[in-house]
Amino acid sequence: MPAEARVAGPKTAHAHQFEDAGQQREAVTLGMWVFLVTEILFFGGLFLAYAVYRWSFPAAFTLASRHLDVLLGGVNTVVLIGSSLTMAFAVHAAQTGRRRALSLFLLLTMLLGGVFLGIKAVEYHAKFVERLIPGASFMMSEENAPAHFDPATDPAIAAGVPSVDPGAEADLQRHAQIFFSLYFAMTGMHALHMVIGLGLLTWLLFGAARGRFRPGADAPVEIVGLYWHFVDIIWIFLFPLLYLIGRHA
Amino acid sequence: MSGTPAGRHYLNSAYGIRSWLLTVDHKRIALLYLTSVTLMFMLGGVFAALVRLELLTPAGDFFHADTYNKMFTMHGIVMVFFFLIPGIPAVLGNFLIPMMVGARDLAFPRLNLLSWYLFTIGAVFTLFNIVIGGVDTGWTFYTPYSSAYTTTNIVPVALGIFISGFSSILTGLNFIVTIHKMRAPGLTWFRLPLFVWAHYAYSIIVILGTPVIAITIVLLALERVFHLGFFDPALGGDPVLFQHFFWFYSHPAVYIMILPAMGVISEIIACFSRKRVFGYSFVAASSLAIALLGFLVWGHHMFVSSQSVFAGLIFSILSFLVAIPSAVKVFNWTSTLYRGSISFQTPMLYAFGFLGLFTIGGLTGLMLATLGIDVHVHDTYFIVAHFHYIMVGGTVMAYLGGLHYWWPKITGRMYPEWWGRLSALIVFIGFNLTFFPQFIVGYLGMPRRYYAYPPEFQVLNVMSTAGASILGVGYLIPLVYMIWSMRYGKAATANPFGATGLEWQTSSPPATENFAEPPIVTEEAYAYDRIPVPERGVYAG
Ligand code: HEM
Ligand SMILES: [Cu+2]
Repeated sequence: MPAEARVAGPKTAHAHQFEDAGQQREAVTLGMWVFLVTEILFFGGLFLAYAVYRWSFPAAFTLASRHLDVLLGGVNTVVLIGSSLTMAFAVHAAQTGRRRALSLFLLLTMLLGGVFLGIKAVEYHAKFVERLIPGASFMMSEENAPAHFDPATDPAIAAGVPSVDPGAEADLQRHAQIFFSLYFAMTGMHALHMVIGLGLLTWLLFGAARGRFRPGADAPVEIVGLYWHFVDIIWIFLFPLLYLIGRHA
Repeated sequence: MSGTPAGRHYLNSAYGIRSWLLTVDHKRIALLYLTSVTLMFMLGGVFAALVRLELLTPAGDFFHADTYNKMFTMHGIVMVFFFLIPGIPAVLGNFLIPMMVGARDLAFPRLNLLSWYLFTIGAVFTLFNIVIGGVDTGWTFYTPYSSAYTTTNIVPVALGIFISGFSSILTGLNFIVTIHKMRAPGLTWFRLPLFVWAHYAYSIIVILGTPVIAITIVLLALERVFHLGFFDPALGGDPVLFQHFFWFYSHPAVYIMILPAMGVISEIIACFSRKRVFGYSFVAASSLAIALLGFLVWGHHMFVSSQSVFAGLIFSILSFLVAIPSAVKVFNWTSTLYRGSISFQTPMLYAFGFLGLFTIGGLTGLMLATLGIDVHVHDTYFIVAHFHYIMVGGTVMAYLGGLHYWWPKITGRMYPEWWGRLSALIVFIGFNLTFFPQFIVGYLGMPRRYYAYPPEFQVLNVMSTAGASILGVGYLIPLVYMIWSMRYGKAATANPFGATGLEWQTSSPPATENFAEPPIVTEEAYAYDRIPVPERGVYAG
């Protein structure tokens, strides 16, 4: 490659392996989409395991899901959707070259992401207190069910999971443990992705402060935005699967 | 005629260890991979030798059963995850794909470097476990043994494989984006070399399969460390679910290993029979067909794992189907050879070796896909022979063939042709002597993964061990003369084999930017009728 071509033009225009900024932009976007495909399959494994066990142990899963705090989960859903919105604004700000707005929306997104993780921590703590962490001391008792849950009138129990039979009770405990294993694995993986997302947003924020992102050179904001929306979408699936299905059955 | 590799190229454009460890040049990264992958191959080979040593006699007289278990486990893990899966794509693919599509580099050079570091870190974790005592689960890590019972170091190995999986994902991602977005003007999809098509299909499998093994490993580690229940029946979980997850990746993984090898073979066969690959578009499409069908047959590893007969039947039929695209390739290569002007250079000898061994491996694969036969030979040495014919007879032959074929391009030096042919011959003989007896001993009922066996199997086992020593010599010879040739080999011309393909249109070794002028493509791949055969003397080195 002739040396002039490399120094010509603004520094951020495009990396040397690309012919022009347009090609670079297309490549980067495709790269992010391909990466998200791998993420879908990664979470897909978890979703499959969930489906298999929900199918095998419907009663235990129904009971166990009632031990999740639907209010906190709901609030978190709203928080995340809000963060997707602010992220979309951030992308728009980058595209239209409004630097202050970009920084502001990035900060807001990070703030909402932080709130989400905070609420998640509160939920985890509650599960710890209620002995719902899988392991030797796991114990899903009827007392630690939410107040509005009355086992006597519970159709799932009435339908065939008699909690009087000690063998069945042990089975129920084991299967509920599987539910909570999945709960922690799925929400934990999701939270890990949020943390990575917060890292990426921090990186964007520094870039934004130094004026790196201009119209035409905003691809990083866009692809981090894609990632962030993806992580939100995963939650949109997790929330009903873990918190809502069978709750009112 | 050839001159000394004069002028600036990617090897001498910068000096010093830092210029290698921080390079973002795909060609240098390929060489970093070449080094790591070769080391891992040698390590896996040492374990193989120890396994074969133990099996020399019927009694377990060299090692304890525990030690033996750890040795075949490490042999399998190292060979599969650190040699076969990265091998061809990370070395040859990295080096060649940007050049074959006429680009200056892969789309994401720094990601490419990162993927080498991830590979190395993964390897270090895995090797670390050997130091602290090894793992005895076999490379398949079946639960609940791996998650609840064994006292060996599952977690560092799991972590190592997980990390190196990321390395594969980044490589696949880089290839897909590069092939989609960075082709030279005029290089349409159906003008791409079949090597590129094969790596495109490879990348699709990597993208779709690797995340599944990644999450499986995470779940295994969570179960082992935090007692989260997924696969352990004591916790209400299902060990067969683990097997589904594992084979959903690990069956396609055989295609991760073999597709790039098939790409290499297409290039070599076209060049050394000086013909356009017969049925080019069928060969290209069959790569994609393999990639997609390969995801539908994992159940043939679980015929005896509580699968319903109906499911077994379906998986059996699907397994037959996936053999079709592989057969298409073999038939098309054979047709390419037919009435070609064949020259028996080293790469071509390896390619012939590939054809024969892969065909035997494939045909025995059809036997295994037949439910009844599989039940008879399940977990016997028949299986071991089958997968070595595919993986060693297929992938390793292609790897060596490809390494010879592109060696002049990579190093600017010719390998010694006579030694090359000798090594190809020794490898072929040693290979068959090692693994053919295993078909027989397996069919007679010798189970795999046992360190002792009934005395009547000894003759076949001695043959196998003898063959392994010959094979080992066959692998060592190229190692020696390749290193020798880097310094003393004859200087190579830009295109010593008179081959088509953009990579041959630039100097050997290429400049850091690959091409002086960005190339423009006006022809289909393999227009060998337009290229004169080079003088024998030029490439007989
Ligand atoms: C020098 C040549 C080799 C010899 C003598 C050899 C020998 C063996 C033997 C005896 C076993 C069976 C252990 C058992 O099941 O009891 C085995 C397993 C295996 N080999 Fe090799 N091998 C060789 C090369 C390779 C290569 C080059 C690869 C891959 C590139 C490979 C991949 C495997 C795998 C994946 C297993 C399965 C391990 C397991 O059962 O857990 N082998 N090998
Ligand atoms: Cu298979």
